[in-house]
Amino acid sequence: MLKIRDLQKSYVSAGQTVQVLKGVSLDLAGAETLALTGESGSGKSTLLHLAAGLDVVDAGDVFVGETNVGKLNEAGRAHLRRDVVGVIFQQFNLIPSLTVEANIAFHARLAGKYDADWCKRLADRIGLTEQLGKYPEQLSGGQQQRVAIARTLAAKPALVLADEPTGNLDEETAAQVIALMLELVSETGAALLMVTHSSALAAMLDRRLHLRAGQVA
Amino acid sequence: MNARVLALLLLWPLAAFGQGFAGLGSDADGFALPQRGYTFDFPTDHGAHPEYRIEWWYVTANLTGDDGAEYGVQWTLFRSALAPEEAAGWSSPQVWMGHAALTTEDAHFTAERFGRGGIGQAGASDQQLSAWIDDWELDFSHMTASGTDWRYDLSLSETGPLVFHGAEGYSVKSAGGQASYYYSQPFLAVDGTLTIGNEDIHVTGNAWLDREWSSQPLAEDQSGWDWFSLSFDDGDKLMGFRLRGADTYTSATWIDADGGTTAYTDGAFMAEPLENSPTSGPEVPVLWQVQLPERGLDVTVSAINPDSWMPLTTQYWEGPVTVTGTHTGRGYLEMTGYE
Amino acid sequence: MRRQALIALLSYWRRNWLQFFTLLAGLALATALWSGVQAINAEARASYDAAAATLGEGQYTQITANNGLPIAVEDYVALRRVGWLVSPVVEGRLDGVRLIGVEPLTAPQGIGTTALSIEAELPSEPTLWVSSGVSVDGVTTVETPELAPNTAIGDIGLVSDLLGAQGISRLLVLSDQPVRQPPLESVVQGLNVQTPQGGSDIGRLTDSFHLNLTAFGFLSFVVGIFIVNGAVGLAFEQRRPLVRTLRALGVPLRTVIAIMAAEMAVLSLLGGVIGVVIGYFIAAALLPDVAATLQGLYGADVGGTLAIRPVWWLSGLGIALLGGMAASASALWKLSRMPLLAGAQPRAWSMQAGRGRVIQTIAGLFMLAAAGIFALIADGLVTGFALLGTLLLGAALLLPMVLNAALALGQRLAKGPVWEWFWADTRQQLPGLSLALAALLLAMAANIGVSTMVSSFRQTFVGFLDQRLAAELYVTARDEEDAVALEQFLAGKVESVLPIEQIDVEANGLPAELYGPIDDRTYRDNWRFLSQVPQMWDIVQAGEGVAINEQLSYRGDLQLGDMLELPGITLPVVGIYGDYGNPIGQVIIGREVFKELYPDSQALRYGVRVLPEDVAALTDQLVSEYGLPEANVINQAGIKAYSLDIFERTFTVTGALNWLTLGVAGFAILMSLLTLSGMRIPQLAPLWALGLTRGRLERLEILRTVMLTAWTFVFALPLGLALAWVLLAVVNVAAFGWRLPMFVFPTSYVFLLVQALIAAGAAALWPALKLGRTPTSHLLKVFANER
Ligand SMILES: Nc1ncnc2c1ncn2[C@@H]1O[C@H](COP(=O)(O)OP(=O)(O)OP(=O)(O)O)[C@@H](O)[C@H]1O
Ligand SMILES: [Mg+2]
Repeated sequence: MLKIRDLQKSYVSAGQTVQVLKGVSLDLAGAETLALTGESGSGKSTLLHLAAGLDVVDAGDVFVGETNVGKLNEAGRAHLRRDVVGVIFQQFNLIPSLTVEANIAFHARLAGKYDADWCKRLADRIGLTEQLGKYPEQLSGGQQQRVAIARTLAAKPALVLADEPTGNLDEETAAQVIALMLELVSETGAALLMVTHSSALAAMLDRRLHLRAGQVA
Repeated sequence: MNARVLALLLLWPLAAFGQGFAGLGSDADGFALPQRGYTFDFPTDHGAHPEYRIEWWYVTANLTGDDGAEYGVQWTLFRSALAPEEAAGWSSPQVWMGHAALTTEDAHFTAERFGRGGIGQAGASDQQLSAWIDDWELDFSHMTASGTDWRYDLSLSETGPLVFHGAEGYSVKSAGGQASYYYSQPFLAVDGTLTIGNEDIHVTGNAWLDREWSSQPLAEDQSGWDWFSLSFDDGDKLMGFRLRGADTYTSATWIDADGGTTAYTDGAFMAEPLENSPTSGPEVPVLWQVQLPERGLDVTVSAINPDSWMPLTTQYWEGPVTVTGTHTGRGYLEMTGYE
Repeated sequence: MRRQALIALLSYWRRNWLQFFTLLAGLALATALWSGVQAINAEARASYDAAAATLGEGQYTQITANNGLPIAVEDYVALRRVGWLVSPVVEGRLDGVRLIGVEPLTAPQGIGTTALSIEAELPSEPTLWVSSGVSVDGVTTVETPELAPNTAIGDIGLVSDLLGAQGISRLLVLSDQPVRQPPLESVVQGLNVQTPQGGSDIGRLTDSFHLNLTAFGFLSFVVGIFIVNGAVGLAFEQRRPLVRTLRALGVPLRTVIAIMAAEMAVLSLLGGVIGVVIGYFIAAALLPDVAATLQGLYGADVGGTLAIRPVWWLSGLGIALLGGMAASASALWKLSRMPLLAGAQPRAWSMQAGRGRVIQTIAGLFMLAAAGIFALIADGLVTGFALLGTLLLGAALLLPMVLNAALALGQRLAKGPVWEWFWADTRQQLPGLSLALAALLLAMAANIGVSTMVSSFRQTFVGFLDQRLAAELYVTARDEEDAVALEQFLAGKVESVLPIEQIDVEANGLPAELYGPIDDRTYRDNWRFLSQVPQMWDIVQAGEGVAINEQLSYRGDLQLGDMLELPGITLPVVGIYGDYGNPIGQVIIGREVFKELYPDSQALRYGVRVLPEDVAALTDQLVSEYGLPEANVINQAGIKAYSLDIFERTFTVTGALNWLTLGVAGFAILMSLLTLSGMRIPQLAPLWALGLTRGRLERLEILRTVMLTAWTFVFALPLGLALAWVLLAVVNVAAFGWRLPMFVFPTSYVFLLVQALIAAGAAALWPALKLGRTPTSHLLKVFANER
């Protein structure tokens, strides 16, 4: 589902070029789950952003399914995010002006894959049936992240990219949320690439990959 | 500058005003000049002399009301010629200006009228003493003038002869020889009514008529004058003036109770300001020491109403005064050329 | 510590110079608008006396001879000699130029001299002062732009010679007369005194123009207050996190508030000074038009330059300070009541505006209720302006609620997730934009209100001119014998001859002028009625009813059908017509009845209907063949065209002010959007992450503003019309005693909408482009960093 070859990315900050990814390669099959770990600043988020088409690669290839993300223009990348991948961030995933219910349905409707029953089931599964009419800022951090997961999976993406989705949560809640996400991902048959600091959480996934100084260790 | 004077300047082809006080210092091209030894001819000389540049009929009166209060009244008609001739209709070059005032101890009412010659709106008769502008009239038997909220109506009667100043009516005004014709009728008894607002006040007193005409009565460097007409309680009278310039020039006429006159040339008559007072115009002296040593006269002259400023097109101070010192009495003071 | 806190608070501006600039510019522009209008007003009023008249027509009581012939110079002198302070005027035409001769020694102050006193060069030969392009053979002329077109003015002697005039055309009666005067008739017979009545003169209508400007000044003041309020409010909102930090570091709340209040005062004064300067230039730029307008209206000099008057200087600074302090007072009050840790996030966009909005809505409804009460009891200028004030404030307070309802409706009707989000998000933006939108609302309403008033005013005026000056020529006979001959002379040569005859009567005990016009299509075609029964003219001419003017109907409380008692006859009212600027009642009865009642009355004035192309020839005939003095033949078409030209100029001024107000409101929107754009990124980043391109988001942002503007316009339209109604039907009635009919101008409103949309679109462009160009890394940071 996701094939990365010799990926390079550098940033220019304060006049200095920092080489963040120095030739990373990895493969992720359909319905497979992969944990990406590594020190802070090792380039995990950068890799995830490139895979999602949120940023542009310097060199190397990123294939999502058959699509070479590096070849897409801005509109093409926007299309990719809408139709093929789902991204879950550490925070601020939700649209503040829409209710929980509208947020859950939003991505699916955008992608034209809205399924009311599925959305209702998802809401049920994340345990927020009661909160559907509320606005994001009225929810707790864990609840917000669960809504973000539900929203992503409502669109049934082929690839889910999650960047420390439980980074702001306590360990126990984090484990519950990840378990729920894994369950739902496997139900939709999507592939999952999840960045995390926690070995315990990484262990819950099929495979684990460690980044160090811009390369796969 | 007042808009009306400006209009005057703009609309007449000839511009005569502009220098000195009311233009009296201009030169006299085309205008007749007073001559020493002139023989007056009455009643013709009571009338206008259009061949001279400037002329006036000037009456001041010191009056006492039934209530005992002191009043002053002024009636003036100025004639100013833009050319030394008279013509009928609108083309007359003669401009007339009337000033009238009524002064009480604490109020000073003034009014002003303009008129042009040639149409009869203003003028003077050569059959008898009679001058007018609009409804303001003056002759030896009556005198009347009015403003928006005041008026006077006075009967006059002559109680003495005409009096001639300087050399039999030839009055020199500067060391350089500028002169005018100048005679007076200081013996006028008055009985009449003042109206202020809705109130009528019966008054009696005496008035003093001055007649003067010339074409250039002031020297170029003279800026104004202080003029006194005083009537003493013993019946004698004094006319004296002081012309201010590079040098002060004075002249005076002592008038006996029976009309006999003595003329005094430059230096005999002295007038010194003692105290200035603010008015609705500039500050002017309202307390004077007046002396004529040859007559043993040394008096203090003080204004009855210090604010007797005439806020009109031509501005000056004119008001009744009281006299104390070696002689007592009352009179009128006129001060021009203060700024 | 105070110093450190001050440095910290001020350092905010160094990093946000754009916001500093917008705050200052907001204050400056509001002040500029206010002081600009004030300056124009002050100048116009100061010029009022000076502008009274070139010739004093309509200003002074005048005396003319009953027979229309010249007054003898002897009669003039006779009047002067008994104490009538009158001044002669000679008037006539020479080769088509209107020559006016005045007597400068007796003329009232300002007459004929106002325009002339500027060129102080002394002429050495007979001189005429002329309007541009005029020359007179054999006479030196000086061009004086202040004079009415095609006019020459000079000394009465010169003009009499040029015209070969015997006697005086008319006498002006000075306003200050001496204490005692004999009656006119006892001095000279056959003279007629005309008091300066409103009559057909336009003096009263022009007063309305002044009121117009005053109303505009008032409206711009309200707009200004809103803008200042918005700018200050946002600046405070933005510094909440900083305040929290300072307080956490131990700076007492009171110190923070004191520093911020002092800062605001300084900023307000600075903005105020800049604003007054800008206002000066605005006024200076507009003043030639104002001058032209007033000059046209009064025919006299306003002066094209602006004097700096302390009144508007100080009022400009005052409003800046007042507005700035009032706005910060509420913000500081909020700050003082805020718990230490709450509100670290700027909440301009927060949904929590909910409770505040309810209070605001209640306040708005209360204001409108008050406006309703004022509308019922309004009987003077004070209540009229109170009505204006409560109406505007009420509407501005209700605006967020109304817009929210409109947006909720849009949301319900929206198709597709993006549009649903668009509406929902717009609703959420509302609190942050509502002050700018309120300013826009008021600007547009003022625009609609004032332009409707001015247009109605013009339409009325044009109609009134058409009605009253319908005839091509007006001729005046010298005496009754002459009138009969004149009628015969004209008969057959022209379409119709309309005798103008007037008798002073008492109608239901009120003084009124009675007219008995002949039955002519001129009246049937041109006269407009406020209300009338069918076949009105037929009934009037049949002697079965009367038409009266509006003044009489108000004063006598007369409606259609009420009986009007005239000397010798009582008839029902069948028509009421508008009569603008005339204070006296009028009654029109049928010709036959009039002749029965007043068999001896003979008209001296006539309206003559003739084909426009024949006017010149007929004038010629009347003067050369019939021998009528030129002054007795008046070509009304020329007067009409001149009057209309004046009103076009009025428009120029109001138009420019309209643009200005709108521009300032547009700036307020720009300012709010720029301030909000910083907070927009976290709100937009998720959408971008979900697959909306930045370009799309950019377009949606512009559309949002344009759409809000359109909705605001929908609300502004009825408000503006209500405003116009108040101005025309309440304020004008209170000020002048007559009501201007209101005309609606849909195309000009559409034009305004387009104008406003362009302004709003332009205002939204920059912030939107800025948003569209946000680097992706900034967007990504939203998801990773604790803000
Ligand atoms: N927009 C950017 N501009 C400049 N440097 C950047 C930018 N984004 C990331 N970097 C740098 O790239 C490196 C990798 O960053 P990245 O966010 O990928 O690390 P990470 O592994 O996700 O770290 P963490 O575990 O803290 O989230 C860091 O050194 C970071 O400073
Ligand atoms: Mg990271």
